Amino acid sequence: MPSRRMIILGGLGTAGALVVGYALWPSHRLERADKLDAKSGERFVANWIKISPDNSVTVVVPHCDMGTGIFTALPQMAAEELDADWSTVKVEAAPSDTLFANGALAEGFILTGRHMTADQLPAFLRGTVANTFRTIAGFMNLQVTGGSSAVRATGVYGMRVAGAAAREMLVKAAAARWNVATDECTTKSNHVMHAASGRSLGYGELAAEAAAYTPSSTPTLKPKSAYTLVGKPIPRVDIPKKVDGTTNYGLDVKVPGMSYAAIKISRVFGGKLKAVSVGDVLKMRGVQKIVQLEDAVVVVADRFWRARDAVASLNPVFDNGANGGVTSAQITARRTAALKSSDLKSDLKTGSGADALSGGRIVEATYQVPYLSHAPMEPMNATALYKDGKLEVWSGTQDGLGARAQCAKTAKLDMANVTYHLMPMGGGFGRRLPGFFNFLDYAVQTAMAMPGTPVKLLFTREEDMQHDYYRPNVMSRFRAALDAKGMPVAWTNDYTTDGGADEQAHIDYGIPNQDVRYAKVPTHVPTGPWRSVEASWHGFFIESFVDELAHAANMDPVAYRLQLLDEKPRHAEVIRQAAARAGWGTPMPNGKARGIAMFESFETIVAHVVEIEVAPDGTLKVDRVVSAVDCGSAVNPDGLKAQIEGGIIYGLSAALFGEITIDKGAVMQQSFPDYDVVRLAQCPQIEVHIVESGAALGGAGEPGTPPIAPAVANAIFAATGIRVRELPLKNASLAAARPQSARL
Amino acid sequence: MTFQLKVNGQTHEVDVEHDAPLLWVLRDELGLTGTKFGCGISACGACTVHVNGEAIRSCVTAVGTVVGADITTIEGLSAKGLTPVQQAWIDHQVPQCGYCQSGMIMAISALLAKNPSPTDNELAESITNICRCGTYPRIRNAVHSLAKA
Repeated sequence: MPSRRMIILGGLGTAGALVVGYALWPSHRLERADKLDAKSGERFVANWIKISPDNSVTVVVPHCDMGTGIFTALPQMAAEELDADWSTVKVEAAPSDTLFANGALAEGFILTGRHMTADQLPAFLRGTVANTFRTIAGFMNLQVTGGSSAVRATGVYGMRVAGAAAREMLVKAAAARWNVATDECTTKSNHVMHAASGRSLGYGELAAEAAAYTPSSTPTLKPKSAYTLVGKPIPRVDIPKKVDGTTNYGLDVKVPGMSYAAIKISRVFGGKLKAVSVGDVLKMRGVQKIVQLEDAVVVVADRFWRARDAVASLNPVFDNGANGGVTSAQITARRTAALKSSDLKSDLKTGSGADALSGGRIVEATYQVPYLSHAPMEPMNATALYKDGKLEVWSGTQDGLGARAQCAKTAKLDMANVTYHLMPMGGGFGRRLPGFFNFLDYAVQTAMAMPGTPVKLLFTREEDMQHDYYRPNVMSRFRAALDAKGMPVAWTNDYTTDGGADEQAHIDYGIPNQDVRYAKVPTHVPTGPWRSVEASWHGFFIESFVDELAHAANMDPVAYRLQLLDEKPRHAEVIRQAAARAGWGTPMPNGKARGIAMFESFETIVAHVVEIEVAPDGTLKVDRVVSAVDCGSAVNPDGLKAQIEGGIIYGLSAALFGEITIDKGAVMQQSFPDYDVVRLAQCPQIEVHIVESGAALGGAGEPGTPPIAPAVANAIFAATGIRVRELPLKNASLAAARPQSARL
Repeated sequence: MTFQLKVNGQTHEVDVEHDAPLLWVLRDELGLTGTKFGCGISACGACTVHVNGEAIRSCVTAVGTVVGADITTIEGLSAKGLTPVQQAWIDHQVPQCGYCQSGMIMAISALLAKNPSPTDNELAESITNICRCGTYPRIRNAVHSLAKA
């Protein structure tokens, strides 16, 4: 007979949709949670929910804080179902312990005896979870924050259920005390009430008795109409400590007796350290040790700037291997050749596929996007102490448990001997996901070389930028056949990939014959998820090409898209909303124009209408972005707007300036001067409009990013007649612009 | 070398090199970690502090050049409670990751002391701090709300 957990979680992935809840903890796990994480008097009543004798409620969030607001949105969802008074709700980060793994959905999948392949992985985790983490051991150690998944996975299937289950248990405890039926009891503001007798008990008084009941994994959930917290723009709980400098990021960790380490890593990826001449460096003030690693040299000193200056004075010799001569031009040539070869693999074929290109008018275009660095404001760092066979690590990552597992692996220690303190982080954007922990490896190895001394290893901005896991450089070629009315009857798309097929290459537009193929072109440049992952490139490619088709058909780009979205009413509505709010179709002054793009990613649909201006000398200014977003329903509308604003600006930085280039096998860019980003001066006015469709919740952190680059490129075409097919836009010459009558 | 530094109204003695960066002296010698490291080359503004009321980038400021000056960090911005700028940051829900906001608040506080109601252009010209989370629209709104207040 299958276990309870199997029943609860067994349906995962079978129908492609996640329709079941997290397993709730049985009582022995609650006891373990009490031992691990409950402070004096507190009791865990259900997963992540602690109730204190003073009647306050603490929600333990099994995620990291990288600024996306989930430390507010997730507790909102739990408190809603618990009928908790928000003013009594405290929020804590969960320990990096398997008990608080949020890979429970995956764990349940494994318990059913299935192995997970890329195709079976829930769609929102694909592209986020590294291949190596599609293993049983990896899933057990998954506590990930990524894939815009916190609210729609942990929140929908976890927090709500835990809150409602805890409420039911508290009601049972009160009913037992009063010897009344549970359905005579009601709850409000951390109290169970019995109206008939006028009695009331606080949750704090009931917690211990409530915890003895088995939590239901199918408690009754509130209807949306009864919500008092969810759907409200509740101020974020983390913000007060972020305006007075008291948030303690990984960079700010203080451990008594701590030393500081600076690193110089092989400029060429995969290079090996051959030799380093130490010279007088050990005599420099404060320098304590020089540590030679496989591909790097580290200097440990009593202060960071001394370590930094000392490592800068070293001239290590690296064996660059076979990649020491690679250039961006060579990589581009390889991608071009791959798309021309006959060795393309089929990703998707509908109707007669490419055969349908034989009739009608053919439109063709090839696009390319560059490698990108994440460049979060806080450079990568970790503090580690190895003492008496035990390792203690402090760092900000998007997976505390995965980080702990990685530290154990690097140190060759049992997990039980590794403590990991997950710190708030100065930006994540995918850089700190599992599989991309080079900074942890270096910090742990350095600490192992100095037993007893805590060491904080910090990348300089230059090391951070040159040893990232980059958004891939991708090339994509389209051909479409248009019928007599200008509508596409065939759509073919060949794209390059560093890994496998990209789900985001599949379009939402209704075109009868589609043929999508890919060519694997791996390079030595390490790549990884970058805010919105593959949607960041396919969004630009697809939405630019659809715009080209509209212009080829001599049709309005909004009307054209709407005609192709007959079967996608939500997508069409998002376009209509963005267009209406932006005044699409009203005249613009000469040199100014609007552009639109719409893209669904992480199950959220976003359309941006941008207004731009191209000066006669070619200078581009993005004035305004009007955005419509349908993520089903907003848990915290202001938090959602902030994430869309942030997604737009992150994508705009990349669209305007972002470009990592390779020469002699190494990244050429070093810091913000040569990897520029949007500042106040380039930041457009942004309006975000929420479309409440009531559909299943989609993500918020990433979906704002994909449509911004194509919306700007489409506006440039409308303003100038110049079609930009390669990013970043700083490289495009708009000076030869042919000002067109502004008709959009 | 020993230097006397006046930080947030208190005098501290530090034994460091003349050219030790003020940022790291504040953080590692004095434990004032509210001031952040972003680039080390004065390109991002995360390390902004006040020296005699002027916003400066402490990552490229040699300690030896600020001896005797009044240095203010985010920890010393307000003697009691929050400043109007900090309160506006909460009211407008400005921070996301929050890492750049110490520097942002210091830079904007220095600007507003001179120009209490900057236009968008004036704001953009004087505040070149980087925020990767993209909080700029809310920063603008918060600053304009202070001008109206």
